[in-house]
Amino acid sequence: MDEVKVMDEQKRNESLNRPVERDTTQYIVTQLGNEQYGIDIKYISNIVRMQKITRVPKVYGYIKGVINLRGEVIPTISLRLKMGLPEDEITKKTRIIILKLEQHESIGVLVDEVKEVVTLDDEHVERVSYDKDDKAKFLSGVGKYDGKLISLLDITAVLSDVVDA
Amino acid sequence: MDTSQYLEIFLDETKEHLQNLNTQIMDLEQNPENMDTINEIFRAAHSLKGMAGTMGYKRMQNLTHDMENVFSEVRNGTFKVQPDMIDVLFRCLDALEEYLANIQQTTEEGTNDNEELIKILNDILKNNGEVKPSSDMSAPADNKAEQSAADTAAGDASGANREKWHDIKIGDTEKMLIEKANSEGLKVYGVSVYVEEACVLKAARAFLVFKALEKLGEIIVSSPTAQDIEDEKFELSFSLIFISGNTRDEVIAAIKSVSEIEEALCEEYKVEAPAQAAAPEPEKQDVKSAETKPAAAAPAAAPKAAPAASAKPAASGGANKPAAKPVVNRTVRVDIEKLDNLMNLVSELIIAKNSLVAATAAEGKDNNSAVNEQIEYLESVTTNLHESVMKVRMVPIESVVAKFPRMIRDLSKKLDKKMELYMTGEDTELDRTVVDEIGDPLMHMLRNSADHGLEPNDVRVANGKPEVGSIFLDAYQDGNNVVISVRDDGGGVNIEAVKNKAIERGTITPEQAENMTEKEVIDLLFLPSFSTAKKVSDVSGRGVGLDVVKSKIESLSGEVEVKNKFGEGSSWIIRLPLTLAIIQALMVVVGDEKYAIALGSIQTIEDVSPSDIKLVQAKEVIHIRGTVIPIIRLNKVLDIESTADESKNLTVIIVKKGDKQAGLVVDELIGQQEVVIKSMGKYIKVPKIISGATILGNGDVALILDANALI
Repeated sequence: MDEVKVMDEQKRNESLNRPVERDTTQYIVTQLGNEQYGIDIKYISNIVRMQKITRVPKVYGYIKGVINLRGEVIPTISLRLKMGLPEDEITKKTRIIILKLEQHESIGVLVDEVKEVVTLDDEHVERVSYDKDDKAKFLSGVGKYDGKLISLLDITAVLSDVVDA
Repeated sequence: MDTSQYLEIFLDETKEHLQNLNTQIMDLEQNPENMDTINEIFRAAHSLKGMAGTMGYKRMQNLTHDMENVFSEVRNGTFKVQPDMIDVLFRCLDALEEYLANIQQTTEEGTNDNEELIKILNDILKNNGEVKPSSDMSAPADNKAEQSAADTAAGDASGANREKWHDIKIGDTEKMLIEKANSEGLKVYGVSVYVEEACVLKAARAFLVFKALEKLGEIIVSSPTAQDIEDEKFELSFSLIFISGNTRDEVIAAIKSVSEIEEALCEEYKVEAPAQAAAPEPEKQDVKSAETKPAAAAPAAAPKAAPAASAKPAASGGANKPAAKPVVNRTVRVDIEKLDNLMNLVSELIIAKNSLVAATAAEGKDNNSAVNEQIEYLESVTTNLHESVMKVRMVPIESVVAKFPRMIRDLSKKLDKKMELYMTGEDTELDRTVVDEIGDPLMHMLRNSADHGLEPNDVRVANGKPEVGSIFLDAYQDGNNVVISVRDDGGGVNIEAVKNKAIERGTITPEQAENMTEKEVIDLLFLPSFSTAKKVSDVSGRGVGLDVVKSKIESLSGEVEVKNKFGEGSSWIIRLPLTLAIIQALMVVVGDEKYAIALGSIQTIEDVSPSDIKLVQAKEVIHIRGTVIPIIRLNKVLDIESTADESKNLTVIIVKKGDKQAGLVVDELIGQQEVVIKSMGKYIKVPKIISGATILGNGDVALILDANALI
């Protein structure tokens, strides 16, 4: 099972990396409070409903704990706390996005809601400058789509921070 | 190699074998055809040869080797035992006894080469059983008659005839087949195949040769029998008689197509109606050749089996074993990944079983005794399955420790210290993943012992110790753990030297040093960059080592303990879990969370009244059966509100780490459970007190507490 998933993932990555449509990236748009954040679809292996999170003592506050995803224990972080927003409110729309950056290493990210998948080309993405806001270092840019602004997350930056912590 | 320690065993066993040989050869004189006796003699001679060779007694080895050769031929049916031969054999035994007597007195075998005896034995081989070393070769009366003169001359260095198919005894059935083949215009070949000496899988090669030949025609008889060849009961050659329509060259080419075949001899086989063979009976002519094929092997095997059976009661000597198929452990090589996969599946199964148990427990207790019974059965099956899979993954630590004697020998040279390594328990088994990791830490510790532990030879002598230092590597299983200890009889850890060094490095203050216990001082050694070696050598002393050892062992969920006696040596004890994947754990509740504690570290569970908790140096302790044990309130360690009633008795789990104890206060006990340890991934840096996570029957994740880290 697992292998098949990984294979699919790799295949998807390959097909995404191939410049079929030039300079476009697909993002999954998630809601955090009033803001919308986009996560590059190539990192996402799964989106699951909210389930019981087992707290892990003595870790950073934004690490919510671990979940059981089909027999695998996966740590889960709160994107809200990570981005300096108030604590999560668990609703029916709350989702855990499972990100997979390398093989056999997954991490769950708690978000308020998963909205849609958007395709953005480079023209509609604006780079952000780092200095003004500390949290901006987690962003790779801001996308404009359908009159809305979507903060595009730099997942590796978000997670490298987790790994260092 | 120093063999002196084995000398006694050698003498005992050699005497036993010689005694056995004497009895057997006597027996052989009475029943020269008894295959059982011949086999027994062959085995005894073979063992003697091996033992003498190991002990370095060359002359004895040579003599037994030649005796063995003779018996090998007798056993293969090349020639028969004759009275003269028995005499020669007895003379050989006498000679062997003489060697033995010499060895017993002087540990040397003496200088008598017994060339004469060896020559006679070789002549026997050359002359196909005839003892008299005459130049004219009188071929034996039986089936040797068919040997052509050219063939007889073609003896090789060992004296045996290389075209061994002439020695195959053919029965009526075979003879009939041969005649039938001749009448059908097919050719009958005698084939002798020699396998290369270096060939490892002789039976497999032989099988391939058989396969190749069966494509060309039909094998009617082989020597040794097909069964024996399959069991690898042959030396380097086998012979067969073969019917085929192909030419001689084609047959040879087919045999040579199999690799590791040294030589293939093939000639047309002619039946020259030997005396004992009866004329073919015409009514048997209509037997289809296809039907006789499986039967062909049977008559060949039968004569061998029959005397073996009949000889059993007659054969004397306690060591006489029936010529049964050797009991060999059959093994299969399996890719470790497949085993890992299997282990994962077993883990899943155990989780599923736990879910089932949880589900039925929730259903209520009435009316489901049948279900409960089945669940209990399922539980025992999964537990056994887990144990079996675990055993499959276990490998002896021998693969890791085997290189150590050599390493110590080299170190001994390099450090110019005399030392000896004694190892026990190399067959102790550990999970493969652990064995792979344990090599480096052990090597570090051995080097430490050799370099720091053992004093230079002159110091040892001055201190009244034996000049040669001893290092002991002992491994054994202790409950669910495997203990590996590295012990030396050197100087032990110099506590003062360590303290001074630590003060010098600024690791501790002199005041701290005053109050440190020996154990605390030794723990300093495991700090990174801490080495007390006065001179840095390329053996050890760069201050990388013990901290690496410790972190490695801890990553394997093991622990290191040091026992030190200054002036008398130290032992470094590694304690490792048998397996890393599945453990027996006690499930407990703290606050509203569930935790697992490995059963291995738990000593007892106590019910303690709150009034029994005393304060010592502002720390809570309890007094149980004469020991004062500090207590740790898990809810505080885990930052959670306790749900237990303050005024009621506390549930305290007494855990042990080495000789330290601690009591863990929990709110509630759930029970014992088999838990599958799951890694929590690298994106989360878990505190040391959490050694992993597991999935409970209801699908929830529970964390596993590492009691060792709490103490």
